Amino acid sequence: MELFGVAVSLLGTFAGFGLLVGLLFGFFGMGGSFLVTPALLVMGYETDVAVASGLAFVFGTSVIATLKHRDLGQVDYKLGVSMIVGTTAGIEVGKIGLHWLQRVGLANVVVNVSYVALLGGIGVFITHRALGDGSGGFGPDEDAEVSDDRELPPIAQKIQSYRIPPMLELRGGVVVSLWMVLFVAFATGLLSGFLGVGGGFIRMPALFYLVGVPVPVAVGTDLFEIVFSGGIGSFLYALDGAVDLTIVVPLLSGSALGARLGAAATSVVEEDDIQVYFGVMLLLGAVAVAIRQIGGVIDVPVLDTVALVVIVGAALLVSGAIVVSSVRELRADERTDAGRAAD
Amino acid sequence: MLGVESAVATRAGVVIGAVLVEALSLYVGYGALERVAGPWLTRKLEGR
Repeated sequence: MELFGVAVSLLGTFAGFGLLVGLLFGFFGMGGSFLVTPALLVMGYETDVAVASGLAFVFGTSVIATLKHRDLGQVDYKLGVSMIVGTTAGIEVGKIGLHWLQRVGLANVVVNVSYVALLGGIGVFITHRALGDGSGGFGPDEDAEVSDDRELPPIAQKIQSYRIPPMLELRGGVVVSLWMVLFVAFATGLLSGFLGVGGGFIRMPALFYLVGVPVPVAVGTDLFEIVFSGGIGSFLYALDGAVDLTIVVPLLSGSALGARLGAAATSVVEEDDIQVYFGVMLLLGAVAVAIRQIGGVIDVPVLDTVALVVIVGAALLVSGAIVVSSVRELRADERTDAGRAAD
Repeated sequence: MLGVESAVATRAGVVIGAVLVEALSLYVGYGALERVAGPWLTRKLEGR
């Protein structure tokens, strides 16, 4: 049975896959290009169609997830716009560096090794800090009830100590110099442009470890930025006619629900847990990317499928953990409320 | 030549516009569903 020339079973598969990706995207503010583009490539779509449709899907999902985070008061527009300015400049400079490496014939090696190292490095750093004793981590103090009492990471404290006007007052009681925000945005954009990736996995940790905003605000603001980068990117690909709406429409129908659930979960799940899941996702992402790159170097196409299985397995594992964690927190809150009512 | 470029840009704009309209429609649609079924689902998840 077909609908709009596409098998209903394929539409159902896309919607289910979209639900999974949307959940992770709404929760972390990253992961779309990790999952969708490799999956479409393995399914046999042309590279330009896979990349363009993946980007258009990320654009649509980021719109939905940003709106949901806005409803929860987790989008800082001042920070978002400043980040867009700095990131755009950084991407342009990063692209210059990439073109230079292409001229000297080192682009593939340097970019692939840097990508895996950065992905794995950030994953190890975040997981280690979140699983540590908690004293130096970014997780909330058990006794702290308001966000102003959060323990800031040392780098964020240092960055916030530079009082170079104009100062920006951000959500979560954070006051930071505009120049520091632009510097952080430029640095993340530089890496993003150099590696040729969306950069959510760099920007989200940068926002909470360097600028010092709470994790849910970092996710919401990162998604706000992706609305613009994803929109412009997919428009440029659509000029070449590469965006396939029979892929994007069913994916988006599933991810719209997943993104709402993922965004809502950020206000329920503990920040420490969010960081652990984010770190595990990055580590397994690094493994998958490394397998794919090795497959390309030694010319073994089946490793592309192995990489996809690793990343989809990781996505299933992490999204399952998010759902279980959310239900556990909701039940714990309910028990606390019931206990207070009994007192 | 400018006409061809303009037609291509318009077509690209329509494609991205369609994605945006779908995203907004789904946001509103699922939002309405959340308002209707959300409290019930939350109670169930809380174990009540």
